[in-house]
Amino acid sequence: MGMDKQESVKKLFTAQSAKVDTNRGDAYYEALYAKCQERLDALKKLTPLNNRRDFMTTIEDEGLERRDFLKWASATTAMLMLPASFTPLVAEAATLMNRVPVIWIELSDCAGNSEALLRSDGPKIDEIILDIISLEFHETLQAASGHQAEKQMEEAMEHFKGKYLLFVEGAVPLGMDGQFGTIGAKGETFVDHLHRAAEGAAAVVAVGSCATYGGIPAAAPNPTDAVGVMDVVKGKPIINIPACPANPSNMVGVILHFVLTGSIPELDSLLRPKFAFGYRIHDNCERRAHFDAGEYVEEWGDEGAKNNFCLYKMGCKGPMTFNNCSIIRYNEGVNWPIGVGRGCIGCSEPDFWDKYAYERPMANANIKAPTGGVEKTVDQFGLGLLTAAGIGIGIHAAASAIAGKKEHEKEEA
Amino acid sequence: MPEINEQAEAQTSGGGTTTAATGGKKHIIVDPITRIEGHLRIEAVIDENNKIVDAWSSSTMFRGIETILKGRDPRDCGLMAMRICGVCTGTHYQRSIEAVEDAFGITIPKNARIVRNLIQGSLYLHDHLVHFYHLHALDFVDVVAATKADPAKTAEEAAKWAHVAGVEPYIGSAGDFKMIQDRIVKFVKEGRLGIFGNGYWGNPHYKLTPEQNLIGVAHYLKALDIQREMSKMHAIFGGKSPHPQSIVVGGVTCVQDIKNPARIALFKELLTLSRDFVKRAYLPDIYMAGTMYADEATDGSATFHASDHKGAMGKAVGGTGGGILSYMSYGDFRLDDTGFYNSELLFPSGLVLDGDISKVHEVDPNKITEDVTHSWYKGSGAPEHPYDGTTIPEYTGLEKKEDGYAYLKTDEKYSWIKSPLYDGKKVEVGPLARMVVGYVKGDKRIKKYVDNFLTRANLPITVLFSTVGRTAARAIETELMSDVMLEWVDELAANAASGDLSTWTEFDFDTVAADTKGMGLAEAPRGSLGHWVKIKDGKVTNYQAVVPSTWNAGPRGPNGEVGAYEAAVIGTVVADPQQPLEIIRTVHSFDPCIACAVHVVDTKGKELATYKVDPTCAF
Repeated sequence: MGMDKQESVKKLFTAQSAKVDTNRGDAYYEALYAKCQERLDALKKLTPLNNRRDFMTTIEDEGLERRDFLKWASATTAMLMLPASFTPLVAEAATLMNRVPVIWIELSDCAGNSEALLRSDGPKIDEIILDIISLEFHETLQAASGHQAEKQMEEAMEHFKGKYLLFVEGAVPLGMDGQFGTIGAKGETFVDHLHRAAEGAAAVVAVGSCATYGGIPAAAPNPTDAVGVMDVVKGKPIINIPACPANPSNMVGVILHFVLTGSIPELDSLLRPKFAFGYRIHDNCERRAHFDAGEYVEEWGDEGAKNNFCLYKMGCKGPMTFNNCSIIRYNEGVNWPIGVGRGCIGCSEPDFWDKYAYERPMANANIKAPTGGVEKTVDQFGLGLLTAAGIGIGIHAAASAIAGKKEHEKEEA
Repeated sequence: MPEINEQAEAQTSGGGTTTAATGGKKHIIVDPITRIEGHLRIEAVIDENNKIVDAWSSSTMFRGIETILKGRDPRDCGLMAMRICGVCTGTHYQRSIEAVEDAFGITIPKNARIVRNLIQGSLYLHDHLVHFYHLHALDFVDVVAATKADPAKTAEEAAKWAHVAGVEPYIGSAGDFKMIQDRIVKFVKEGRLGIFGNGYWGNPHYKLTPEQNLIGVAHYLKALDIQREMSKMHAIFGGKSPHPQSIVVGGVTCVQDIKNPARIALFKELLTLSRDFVKRAYLPDIYMAGTMYADEATDGSATFHASDHKGAMGKAVGGTGGGILSYMSYGDFRLDDTGFYNSELLFPSGLVLDGDISKVHEVDPNKITEDVTHSWYKGSGAPEHPYDGTTIPEYTGLEKKEDGYAYLKTDEKYSWIKSPLYDGKKVEVGPLARMVVGYVKGDKRIKKYVDNFLTRANLPITVLFSTVGRTAARAIETELMSDVMLEWVDELAANAASGDLSTWTEFDFDTVAADTKGMGLAEAPRGSLGHWVKIKDGKVTNYQAVVPSTWNAGPRGPNGEVGAYEAAVIGTVVADPQQPLEIIRTVHSFDPCIACAVHVVDTKGKELATYKVDPTCAF
């Protein structure tokens, strides 16, 4: 690399954001608006699946004013990258969400995304909505066990064939004929369980980094040959909501979008909704001014740390990571990893455990492939070894290489 | 009325293991066990009187996280180890970091110690509350029966149990109960039951009155709000919840949250609000359930007996769900800054063995071993200490029978969980173990909370050695924690105000990481948790975690020693063999966390590549 290292880093991190262009033009929005309205009218004619009372009454019982509700609807509209004129439609979609049946299955997981769902950040109302959607199967929360649980799922899959959203949490272990994970009295493997559940789904939502890219079980040397949902399920719309765990606001956003439009949101090359993953952490970071000023934390707890300086030198991977956490944060906005002085570990990016999740900047990481398993990931892994000067190229190369690979695979399949 | 499940019918008459073939015995498979973390299966054999005479616990998932940790920088292991579990989130994180700090010989600053206690304390509150209401309560509370309650009587009932606890009820008015009931009535009558669908509603082993059921349902819903507030506490100093991010080898990163009085004030406000719910809803509910289920909790005839099972103990001092009656706590929550294993602890360490509550034995970490006789790993022939454990996965599968079901091969290997032993014995870990060890050891604070509970409930101490007792101990611990955390947050505020903003202890990585080993032994919400790490030239060469649910959910030991879940289930009478209500109630009382419990330690796991899936199967 001929360019001065410091200079090239500076250039990369101060460049215009790779954020997607959110404005699609008036004609587009007018057409979409009409489509949404039509969809909501059709939904209104259906009998509620699950709801026991008027939605607004429920909200008021929970101590929320209609004003608060509209405030939430307006914030959510913005989050979904829609013009403000869509706010009434979003509000209406929320009241109709009880008509979307959701089946949530868990594979090689830690239940972190289920826990995130419970904490449902953003406005308090998220929780109410999630209480009101028709959650047909969710192992961590449902009352029934054993045969009764299996029957509950089979019955829901039959009853809502072609209409339910399937949420998948956890990676899919393919090694040893899939036997690293089994479920049910017949000992069905996770991969068979996933295929069966996906067959009748309207769309499949992979939630969390394990379900999207394999996550921690797929970190080198990937002992169980774990992969993400998109590597297994074909012929269905797939939406990836990565991060460890996924932000519950993004889960709600996807459901809302589905109710609103009857279709899945616009996705990037990694099948992530652009409304959530169109932002680079670094571009919206509250510590960005310190980066621009060259003010860094040099070691944990130093004067820089006490003054909220930039965490890049402590290994923050905000410049490489696309997610909306710098905007919506976590746990009702209480905090986030950069806010707490640690920095970003790139958890919404593919293979982040092997590429990003360490306490040093990439340039001086000196990381080597952990024990075994290098061969099959060597092309992706090579990216992690690039010096800082090559990072920008690396990111784009990675994104396009992976996207290209996926396209190629689809054609072959 | 729940439908009779034809599958279950076929199942229970389908036979199974050696015992199932005789007389009127039936073999039950419960898979998946829901309302837990992870993938767990329980199989049980019941006799002609519907009494469980044998049981096996099996985990059906394997990820291999310890294998993944090998070769990494020890400073990065905490974040990865945390992904062992998203429920007891942050607890593996801290243990991993502490194992490395132990290896490096680092003592963290006072601020870091208090902040870590507050992060773990918040997790205890959140985890215990969510466990009781959202993962366990439906084993005691019949949601459908709540529709028959009289709201006015419900208010009286709520007041009655709150007064037993010495407080006013959290929800006190008939009008409030009526509103909640209307919501449930409409839900049950008109809609699909969603997550409540196909439950065991109407089972005769639900023992609460309709009014008591309504109280339970009302608090279930309210607790959904409260747990969110508790998770905010977790996030203030942790950055986010689940999976916080502020703990590093040497200390914590959240110095700006420590020095900001507004952050500390917010933490205190959320703690106060959470504590109020714990004292005015959670505790009264435990008094109520404890009293209503006291008969079975003190029914000595339903206890696991040693004579039937080689190697197990068995003084029948407890009741239904009592189990092996040996308890262990590593101890946790350092209360001073004298160094890693020298501090005074909130929860003392110790062992109480064989139901003998007259003495406590000291814990010697060298006596901890793991055995794989009944686990899907190749063994070296003898149980091994975690530092030196070498394990090779050896999956032998389930036995598919003509009835279409797959059964555990219980005479051979039958679980991904290993079988940990202390000095060759099976022990139980968790809140009950902590309370029993602390009580017998004479810890003043624990004794005060336990005695207060038993006096107010008017129940003997033996009530603790049961399913209900395990659940009560968790509530007692939650109250204790919510009180002591108020002291800690004041201590943090005072220390920061005094000008001490130190949050990290410096170390020279290349020197301390040259060749060393360390362990992080402490208490997760579910019980004793240990991480062991060996480091050479700055890299991890061996890593192992022995976690609470490994102790509790593990299969038989090398000489047939029965695991804690297995023993706790044996002896229980089920009302309806097709509804595993009593089995899941007892298993839930341990708060299973199965993703935690499964692991492997050796890179030889790569040999599994020989099983590599045919590419055509991967589509």
